[in-house]
Amino acid sequence: MVTTTVCTPAAGQTAPRPTEAEIWTWLDEVPDPEIPVISLVDLGIIRDVAWTEEGLAVTVTPTYSGCPATTVINLDIVAALAARGITDVRLVKRLAPAWTTAWISDKGREKLRAYGIAPPVEGTAACGVGALVTPEIACPRCGSVETRRVSQFGSTPCKASWVCDACAEPFDYFKCI
Amino acid sequence: MGPLFEYALRMGDSCLILGHRVSEWCGHAPAIEEDIALANTALDLIGQTQMWLGLAGELEGRGRSADDLAYLRDSREFRNLLLVERPNTDMAHTLVRGFLFDLWHFHTLGALQRSADERVAAIAQKALKEVSYHLQRSADLVIRLGDGTAESHQRMQAALDALWPYTGEMFLEDQVDADLAAAGIGPPLGSVQPLWEGDLARVLAQATLARPASTHVQKGGKTGVHTEALGYVLADMQFLQRAYPGARW
Repeated sequence: MVTTTVCTPAAGQTAPRPTEAEIWTWLDEVPDPEIPVISLVDLGIIRDVAWTEEGLAVTVTPTYSGCPATTVINLDIVAALAARGITDVRLVKRLAPAWTTAWISDKGREKLRAYGIAPPVEGTAACGVGALVTPEIACPRCGSVETRRVSQFGSTPCKASWVCDACAEPFDYFKCI
Repeated sequence: MGPLFEYALRMGDSCLILGHRVSEWCGHAPAIEEDIALANTALDLIGQTQMWLGLAGELEGRGRSADDLAYLRDSREFRNLLLVERPNTDMAHTLVRGFLFDLWHFHTLGALQRSADERVAAIAQKALKEVSYHLQRSADLVIRLGDGTAESHQRMQAALDALWPYTGEMFLEDQVDADLAAAGIGPPLGSVQPLWEGDLARVLAQATLARPASTHVQKGGKTGVHTEALGYVLADMQFLQRAYPGARW
């Protein structure tokens, strides 16, 4: 577990502490930097919010090891909480259990679809040697299931490239991991 | 330094050097889908490097970060497998090298998920999700191109023959491996090779590729004795820190 102290407690802070439930609501307003229609809470990467003796600890689990958005996400969390007056924030990076797309909320899945990204079909993650399970995916634009994978990879680590043969539009699929 | 520091360097350096090698294809791959796939794979490997070299720096306790370890060491201090520093050459060499490594990586991480050291187990659990699709993709392409056209078959076989002597090093276990196995931190000795051999035989059979007969093993990477190829990788990868020491983003 890696702990990064981002801010020191503000001297003379006397206002009552916001509740953890309020803080979850505020974090649910922080958009993912690469897919701004869903929040960090929808994405399932905020694992815990807790007041401690050293201030507020926010536990974050990275999506992909090399995802370049990770640094921006950390900055966005600190900035969003600072805007609400919380300056003593400590970000705790938690690797295990590893993030899974199963943690994306139902609300987040609907927002992805409305944005043109087909949400992940759970249970279809690659598992090493062996054919990749190709799930049936409905086109997020026209709803047809006459779709096919163009590439297992896409514009960000979390997406694959698909195309719809009914409406001929290409679209992104948020892969299951 | 203890054996876990050494082991974290080995894992991190293999991810880093292969990640760099694969990234050399960015903008040069034969099809855009391949270009994106290779760049994504390189990104995952470099992300995994940050975890392993971050752990190595933490264990060392001298304040060296993952970046310091990546950019401020010379080739004798690198602990990567020789296999991953081999040049890209063509797509056949790149894919076969990736497959041979991915298969070892997959089974090694599978064992490390059960490590007695929770930091190692956490990194392994995270990395294994990504390596699972690296292996799925590389095995699939080895089969499709091995059992493809006469030209693709011949190229894949030539790549396999050329890279084969570099595979033995993955299974040469030394005192570091023995100490970690005894402590329940590393994979049990001798446990990864049979899994690797089993999957390899199945994939090569489907790919109609012949397992090379040679038993010659090129070794040295795990102790810092590299092929000349690594110097060229480092000259490129470390250029900025060498030209502008201490430069920061």
